Amino acid sequence: MPITWPARLLGSPAVRVGLSISVATGLYGVSFGALSVTSGLDFWQTMALSLLLFSGGSQFAFIGVVAGGGSGLAAMGAATLLGMRNGIYGMQLNVLLRPTGWRKYAAAQLTIDESTATSTGQTDPAEQHRGFWTAGIGIFVLWNVFTAVGALAGGALGDPKQWGLDGAAVAAFLALLWPRLKGREPVAIAIVCALATVLAVPFVPAGVPILAAAAVAALIGWFSHGPKDEGLEPDIDPYTVGHHGHSHGPGHGPGHGHKQTHNQEPGTATGDAR
Amino acid sequence: MNLWMWLLLSCLFAYAWKLVGYLVPATLLKNPRTSRIAGTMTIGLLASLTIVNAVAEGQSLLLDARIGALAAAAVALLFRAPFLVVVIAGAGAAALLRLAGWS
Repeated sequence: MPITWPARLLGSPAVRVGLSISVATGLYGVSFGALSVTSGLDFWQTMALSLLLFSGGSQFAFIGVVAGGGSGLAAMGAATLLGMRNGIYGMQLNVLLRPTGWRKYAAAQLTIDESTATSTGQTDPAEQHRGFWTAGIGIFVLWNVFTAVGALAGGALGDPKQWGLDGAAVAAFLALLWPRLKGREPVAIAIVCALATVLAVPFVPAGVPILAAAAVAALIGWFSHGPKDEGLEPDIDPYTVGHHGHSHGPGHGPGHGHKQTHNQEPGTATGDAR
Repeated sequence: MNLWMWLLLSCLFAYAWKLVGYLVPATLLKNPRTSRIAGTMTIGLLASLTIVNAVAEGQSLLLDARIGALAAAAVALLFRAPFLVVVIAGAGAAALLRLAGWS
């Protein structure tokens, strides 16, 4: 928990990553708040989604269906299907963090893409804890504050797209994916899943293509026999893939793109979402 | 009121998903295949979320300023930019492309 770590806070790579992703993601809450009220939800419905549902993809899916004239049931379906991945994240985080008592229930609510990626991108268990709680609490607070700002500003802001906020989301997800693409196989998985997504989009309701991609990724994981030390396992640092001769994949291999995360010593690998 | 009901049910199910992950016995993840699937699914989901946010518009595919955001973010990442700079590059590229008149 943050209060138990004194002075070294800002010296911790996980805390720095957690804070910067909190700001980046939190700011994006403006666009959710604004889009939500323009979709026909009122202020408190918008806030209930950010406070209680608290999972960006599911929240956007919910208001997207409502805005498109879909039923409440359809909105719930899309949001719930999109939230399925948080169960996987919870399993990973439960192994990494092993929260007990009330912390387990608090950690569950804070289990989202960004807090998971920040935590699993770290090698040191203490850093994994710091990364998760910093990103989780930081995003929760800022996401809700900026949701309120966006909902209140609403029409006054005009189109959030004018500010490129949808582009910010694209960039954020790519930045979360990037450090995991160490080697040929993760790159191949990412490309196959992106293709599966694009192929599925026209044929199934919004939100489902993401689950189709998850199913494809799961099948790849089930049937392929990567090295035991593949590094895809959530309890092993993703950057260690580069230690086993897989780091020289396709030319755009991001292993060459990250000065710090490309270090050959796992202990020196730093942030995930940087 | 009806919308409130679906909304609160969505919140309940979202929390249920999250909590289920913490209630699954940790030993399940000791299985190498389970952990491998968790790893490949993480990559697959992040790749999918990236592309959905970049080119999907409801059930149609749309090439608009968000592709510029994707490209700008990739360039920023190649140049080892910090996370926040990558995000700002993405937003800036999309905003500028729209200013220039591309959707």
